[in-house]
Amino acid sequence: MRGKLVGSPVRRLEDLPLLRGRGRFIDDIALPGMLEAAFVRSPHAHARIDGIDTEAALALPGVHAVLTLEDLRPWLVNEELVVGLPSASYRQFRNRPVLARGEVVHVGEPVAVVIADNRYIAEDATQLVMVDYDILPAVSDCRAALVDGAPKVHLDAEDNLLAAFDMGYGDVDAAFRNARHRFRETLHIHRGGSHSIECRGAVAAHDAVSDRLTLWVSSQMPHSTLRVLVDMLGRDENQIRVVTPDIGGGFGPKLVVYPEEVVACIATLKLGHPVKWIEDRREHFMATTQERDQYWEVEIAVDDDGRIQAIQGDIVHDHGAYTARGINLPQNSGESVPGPYIVPAYRMGAKLALTNKIPVTPVRGAGHPQATFVIERLLDRVARELGLDRAEVRRRNLVPASEMPYERPLRSRGGVPVVLDSGDYPRCQQMALERAGWDAFPARRRTAHAEGRHIGIGCANFLKGTGRGPFETVTVRIGTSGRVHVYTGGTAIGQGTKTMLAQIVAEQLGGDVGNVTVTTGDTAATALGIGTSNSRLAVTAGSSAHVAAGKVRDKLLQVAAGVLDATPEDLEIDGRDIIFRPQAGRIANKKLTLGEAAHVLAGTPGYVLPGGMEPGLEATEHVIIDRTPFAGGTAVAEVEVDVETGGVRIMNYVLAIDSGRLINPQLVDGQAVGGTAHGIGNALFEWMAFDENGQPLTTNFADYLLVGACEMPRVEVLHQESPSPFNPLGVKGVGECGVVPAAAAICSAIEDALAPFGVHIRKAPISPPEIIALIDEARRPSAAQYSR
Amino acid sequence: MTGTTRRISVTVNGTPRDEEVEVRLTLADFLRKRLGLTGTHLGCEHGVCGACTVLVDGMSARSCLMLAVQADDCDITTVEGIAPSKDVLHPLQEAFRDHHGLQCGFCTAGILTTLVEFLRDNPSPSEGEVREAISGNLCRCTGYQGIVDAALDAARRLREAGGAAR
Ligand code: FES
Ligand code: FES
Repeated sequence: MRGKLVGSPVRRLEDLPLLRGRGRFIDDIALPGMLEAAFVRSPHAHARIDGIDTEAALALPGVHAVLTLEDLRPWLVNEELVVGLPSASYRQFRNRPVLARGEVVHVGEPVAVVIADNRYIAEDATQLVMVDYDILPAVSDCRAALVDGAPKVHLDAEDNLLAAFDMGYGDVDAAFRNARHRFRETLHIHRGGSHSIECRGAVAAHDAVSDRLTLWVSSQMPHSTLRVLVDMLGRDENQIRVVTPDIGGGFGPKLVVYPEEVVACIATLKLGHPVKWIEDRREHFMATTQERDQYWEVEIAVDDDGRIQAIQGDIVHDHGAYTARGINLPQNSGESVPGPYIVPAYRMGAKLALTNKIPVTPVRGAGHPQATFVIERLLDRVARELGLDRAEVRRRNLVPASEMPYERPLRSRGGVPVVLDSGDYPRCQQMALERAGWDAFPARRRTAHAEGRHIGIGCANFLKGTGRGPFETVTVRIGTSGRVHVYTGGTAIGQGTKTMLAQIVAEQLGGDVGNVTVTTGDTAATALGIGTSNSRLAVTAGSSAHVAAGKVRDKLLQVAAGVLDATPEDLEIDGRDIIFRPQAGRIANKKLTLGEAAHVLAGTPGYVLPGGMEPGLEATEHVIIDRTPFAGGTAVAEVEVDVETGGVRIMNYVLAIDSGRLINPQLVDGQAVGGTAHGIGNALFEWMAFDENGQPLTTNFADYLLVGACEMPRVEVLHQESPSPFNPLGVKGVGECGVVPAAAAICSAIEDALAPFGVHIRKAPISPPEIIALIDEARRPSAAQYSR
Repeated sequence: MTGTTRRISVTVNGTPRDEEVEVRLTLADFLRKRLGLTGTHLGCEHGVCGACTVLVDGMSARSCLMLAVQADDCDITTVEGIAPSKDVLHPLQEAFRDHHGLQCGFCTAGILTTLVEFLRDNPSPSEGEVREAISGNLCRCTGYQGIVDAALDAARRLREAGGAAR
């Protein structure tokens, strides 16, 4: 649907307080009597704990408590965070204990907590906690972890294989046997972090009068936090409320439930004071989940025209030390390699390796950037080997619009069939190529070459399953104040969720976005809720908001028709009024306010509700979304590579996306550009380094580089709007569209720029020293052999 | 337990303050915790992200790297103090709204304060100069494009308002 508001760049509801410094982020919460926590964390990637001496720390003035797992046990009915997504492929279960239980398995694992008057004192005291570690062999590289005789990540394990599975369809062996050409690649995508500028944090408070525990937490999924707390603390749901304040970015890792949040709850129960814990950046590097480390061995079979016959391969996926989410990432990766292309036969095997490193869970893109890197690297290889234009090879393999919806014989982790829902992929690619001046590039290259400069262009297509179901809760309620209140289990992490929902709801309820308030991520506001992940809210919460607003509208008009003695067809909702606008004859002089209508359905003791209506001017919806809308598109990057320094400058970047119907084009562009920035980081800068003993080596923003304004090119975002048939609004998610194709497009462009040297890029990110090394090891410049 | 305290006099957003502080208290924590001015945010506490930027005697400074005692006798402006009044926004704030210059808003305070100083000293910047000016501020959400557009537009608005950069 498109309306007056839906589809237009409405200004954000969120902005005014944020611009004035009046946001309410987790660290802005200050409660009377509040204490602050700091964690003692393992400095070792693997060690046995032979003892913890808290005496000196406890003696420090201002320290209220130093707690180890032993001290938490009286409040725990279960001391592990059990969060793994269901799968039959697990070989072992590795849940996180709330604090270390005799063994630490990664640097940064929480061992004990200090609660003190303030964080300064708490941090001082952590230095005084003496932990007796017996250091054990650790394994850092996920391939090494799977070798026989590798050190065990967990002492009690037989090996480090967490899970393994295969997926695929078609007769892969026959396709390879009969293939005219087969090409193998070994590819690696490295680990990075999400690095929301706000780190994590939690504030827990216990109201002894009503025995109610409240946890404010910087989380994307407060309802799952609530369930974990219920499981671990043995309290009822109605004794716990989990609330999200303003959240300073999420990007994936904040969807995970963390030990620190549980510890804060127990500390407040034990001490009778509110307790705050705010993660610092160094902790964020060592205790917040990360993603992307995967090693791929892949092979593609093509015919003489470059048409794909089959793809097969194996992934080794670094799972980190614990299961903080599950098998979803390699599942997503494996499922996404065919992407927007026709792949007649496919087999991908995945092995999830435990390592003595920070647990791995989704970071913006969640397995898709890796898959896109892999298929796009393979297609560049095909183009090079067959002497074809890279874009042409892609065009020949893209699923054409005439095949939509296109079912692929694969299933998602939840058994949902993979059905590409809508879109014209070849046209989207064409749009991007035209805007980026693909055909005219050889002329630009000749000019550059004459000046001794090396420029290259690269293109990557992608597809991203979005809007993961099964639902998101939305309640729409008109209060007797006349204000429209929206409540959702989805959380607002900066993406403009409140504005998006207000637009959808206001579209049907008076057209005034300013008359809508939106409450997100509060377990007291909606009993059910899933939260923010997988570019899901526009699809899931958007659909529920749309349907709920329609139901409220119907009720509103029915009430007004009764009061105004009119038929609903003669009524119009305008701002906070329902106005009687008869089609013919009578003069429009009657109106009812939204507040008055709400009064009618609020009920009066002893009086009947009009027309047998349901009480309350409200509706709650959980529109079931069981089919995935696939957003996708094409990125084209043009780069210049300095062959003396290895430096890469992105000169031009075009992103053509199809994210279905746009609800707010300005917000969609913001997501696309912001995601691209993250993807550029993954292509060129973000390298979460560990040594062979599992010690993290990049634990600050001087060592781990985020993209700044000068590295960031202007991104041109183009849209193709193919409504998804799978939801009432026709929308697809967009939050991850920017990140997914970036590394693939940029690495393709770098390789193209360095074609005279015959350099091939097989990993991301790629750093200047690595580029120099590749140039050095390749042959000297020869007559230009550009592949296009 | 943590040693000495000192008395400092500072003017914050136009209001004089006289406070006893621990010598190790950072300026950021002084502003946030003592004065309740939580608009200044901490993203790294090691001087890289720029989220904590405030103006000290009109010059941008990282309040995570400064101690409160170092601000003695200084005039400090935080994000709460850049709008001319309760109902009127600074042209930069207006432009950030119009150009989608913020998403989560966590980096925003530091970028606004940085740009207030920059546009005062450089009222007609090029896009490259704006990017350079905010190269010490990290934003994970926006990809900077909306921020850069907002800054350029705010520069224009400020020039049109008679160069009355605040
Ligand atoms: S918090 Fe001060 S620079 Fe990051
Ligand atoms: S708007 Fe979120 S970090 Fe800049």
